[in-house]
This record gives sequence, structure tokens and C-alpha cells, in this order.
Amino acid sequence: MEIVTDVPTSETVPGLRQVPPKITSTGVAVYYGDKKALKEVDLDINENEVTALIGPSGCGKSTYLRCLNRMNDTIDICRVEGQILLDGEDIYGKRVDPVQLRARVGMVFQKPNPFPKSIFDNVAYGPKIHGLVRDKTDLEEIVMNSLERAGLVGEVRDRLHEPGTGLSGGQQQRLCIARAIAVQPEVILMDEPCSALDPIATAKIEELIDELRENYTIVIVTHSMQQAARVSQRTAFFHLGEIVEVGETPQIFTNPGDERTQGYITGRFG
Amino acid sequence: MTEHIVKSYDTDLAHLNDLIARMGGLAEKQLADAVQSVFKRDADLALRTVESDPRIDELELEIDALVVRMLALRQPMADDLREVIAALKISSDLERVGDYAANIAKRVKALSLVPLVKPAHVIPRMGTLAQAQIRRVLDAYAERNAEKAVEVRNADEEVDEMYTSLFRELLTYMMEDPRHISACTHLLFVAKNIERIGDHATNIAEYVYFLVHGTPLAEERPKGDNSATVVSSPEAARKQGNA
Repeated sequence: MEIVTDVPTSETVPGLRQVPPKITSTGVAVYYGDKKALKEVDLDINENEVTALIGPSGCGKSTYLRCLNRMNDTIDICRVEGQILLDGEDIYGKRVDPVQLRARVGMVFQKPNPFPKSIFDNVAYGPKIHGLVRDKTDLEEIVMNSLERAGLVGEVRDRLHEPGTGLSGGQQQRLCIARAIAVQPEVILMDEPCSALDPIATAKIEELIDELRENYTIVIVTHSMQQAARVSQRTAFFHLGEIVEVGETPQIFTNPGDERTQGYITGRFG
Repeated sequence: MTEHIVKSYDTDLAHLNDLIARMGGLAEKQLADAVQSVFKRDADLALRTVESDPRIDELELEIDALVVRMLALRQPMADDLREVIAALKISSDLERVGDYAANIAKRVKALSLVPLVKPAHVIPRMGTLAQAQIRRVLDAYAERNAEKAVEVRNADEEVDEMYTSLFRELLTYMMEDPRHISACTHLLFVAKNIERIGDHATNIAEYVYFLVHGTPLAEERPKGDNSATVVSSPEAARKQGNA
């Protein structure tokens, strides 16, 4: 299957230092038992950019996302083939600790899932068990910093010891983002992070994503075309386990190269 | 292209297409009537032409409103987005075509008060050419045919050249006999209006190309309007000697 390549970007302007991709996937295939859910995916994820993965239900985008921090390891019948490099290093290499990997490549899920702990402890948990904390002051700084970066500090400053589950949906999601940030990730994976949220909470998360990409690399799976169009710089369209097209977001949504991409984004097939 | 899953979306797009087709047809007729009224010195036809212009303006408003509605309610993407934007731009060009046609017709009264001048015979030929351009570009739009659109764009050179040549001729006529000045000046405006209509046909052609291909038509179009550099003097008039 021929992949339609994207137009030249500012990265190819002469004189500008060429930054290698943060994550490079080559020939990534995923099997659930005998069923092949993902077929030889090649995809580069660029640093400090938001890459959106779109496609109809069952197209493999979430399956692919879960490969990037080896979440698929937790599924017994799941088998991953191919190569995924994070900063040039194979994430399935023998010396790689999956737990460490998941700190570097954090994940935020569709349904906000704060721990049954206080707001403070939700964020403090990760740094503590990863040994990132020197002392109590250090921990407080890490927690407050993370809450601030997640755009939540103003709303929870006075109730840090209240349960995380007592927050609204949108706040809980931002708490989950703060929790992911607290362990100093380089990449944040988001699997339909706003599906369960109202439009205002969604907008706040989208604004947050825009701010976060300065310091992190973000990959977001979304069912909303408009959201992909709003938040991402590059978009990959998945269909039936393959990448049909990947390119700069404005290009994909104004003049995609492949009929199937056009059909999907204009609502001509589900 | 297959249909949208939500059928009313296709209904809206078809309606938009239909409005452009109607507007285009009207604009074409207005041009034909205006040129005819000049040629035949037909004041009644001229008046009817001028009075028909508001119908074109109303269609533009209707198209504008439908486009805004579709942008808000459908959030069109890719080719749908280009369709909607193209319709918005094309209706604006067609409205100007209508205005120019009405402006041509407005001069019939004045022209009927002065003697006919020889260069006037060029006007119907120019008008027919411009009319054909409008008709062809509207066909290109209906067929989503980018090649046809490019042909229209390139053919505008002929309209421009006719205008430049007429400009020269009219200047010469005015130089020769001041009694011709009124007629020639009005005819100059008429010719200029037809030339502008030709330009609008090329604008529409460019939007059709963009609609089909998703990229603007890049090459410079051939331009034949050199009237900006034309001068006339008694010597030049004698040299040309009504050639």
C-alpha cells in the first residue's frame, strides 16, 4: 500500500538544523491472537509537535498508540512486531524497562482515571515511586509545578488534600495530565482525552495541549475531526489497520491526497 | 464522489450549485441584452436590462447566506470546504458581471442621441466573445472541469487584445473629429466594461481550478490589455489613416 507522503515542511528549509523524529516506527504490526489488527505501520512522530491519529472505529489507531509505550504488553494475546525507536533506541530492546518507558512516554485515557487518593497524592505518587524526589519540599515543588503546567493549580490550590475523584470531569482529566507530567515524560500519549468532557472542558484541554507541546511531544487519538484539525500539526489517517495518509494538518483537511482520507473527513463513509 | 452519509448535506450542496447556475445564466443574459441594446440603439431593452440587475444581486445575497449557514452548521472539510468557498467567490464575480452589464445598458440613451461611429461595430463582437467566456466557464464549473477553466483563462487574451485595438481606434476617431468625442467616450466605457467582464470570467476559472485541484492556478495568465500604454496624436492618426 503506497503511503502518500506529506509536503516539505520548515524542517527541510536549508540552513535549519534537521531534528530527527522523537519516535520512529518501522513495519509495526500487531496481532491479537491470529487476527492482524495493525499492518506494517511506518510513522515518524516529531518532537514538540502534536500528531493526531484519526480513523474510523477499529482502524488500529488506539492499538498503535498503545505500542508506543508498550501498553500492549499487558494484553496476553497481543503480539507486536516491527521496530519502534524512541530517540533512536528500540523500546523493545532487552535493556529497556517498560515501567521506566511509561514514565518517559506517559498516557492519558479516554475516561479520566484519578487514583482513589487526594489531589496531591495523585500527582505525588509517580515521582515518589520513580525515585525522583529528594525531600518533602522537593515533592511539593514537583506537585505544584505539575498542577500548574496542567492548568489546574488555581482551581485546586486550596483543596489539595481532597479526593481527586471529587473534581469535575474536565478537572479530573487535567489532574491525570498533571500526574503524567510529574514523572517528567518526554512524550504524552492521549487516547481520546476529551470524549467524556463538555465543550468548555474540551477547549481547556485543547489550550493545554497547545501549551504543552512547547516542552513535550504529543500524540493524540481522536474521533473528532475538528479537534484533530484544531490541535495538531500533523495528522495520520488510519483505515483497516493501515496508515492511508499522513501529512501536515492544514493540508490533510483542505486538500488530502487520498480519496479514502477525503471520504472519511467529509463524512462520506464511516 | 460518493454521497455524504448525512443526505441533507448533499441537498445543501446541490442547492448551492443550482443558485450559482441560475445566477450565471442571468448574468450571461444580461450581458447579451446589454450589448444588443447598444448595437440596436434599443432604449426599451436597455431599460429592462437595468431593471433586471437587482435579481442578480438578490441571488448573491442568497448564496452568501447559504454559505455562511453551511460553514457554521456543516464545518465542511477538504473538497466540501473548497466547494463552499468557491461558490462564495464566484457569486461575487457574477454580481460584478451583472453590474457591468447594467452599466453598459445605461449608456444606450446617450449613444442614441449622437451619430453612430464606425468603431461601434466591434462592440457586438467583443460582447459575443465575453458572453462565450462566461458560458464556458460556467460549464467548467458545472462539470468541475479544470482543463476547460484553464482554457477560458487563457482565452481572455483575445478579449483584452480586442479592447486594446478598439481603444486605439476610438482615440484616433476622437482626434480626427471632435464631434465624435461623446460617442467614442461612451463606447470606450462600454468596451472597458466588457473587458472587465472577461476578467471576471478568468477569476471564476481560477476558482474552478482551485475547487478541483485544491491548489491555486499558479502560472501567470497571458495578459493582452495594453491600453494603458496607448497614445494618439495627429501624426499617428494620419499615419494610421483609418487602417
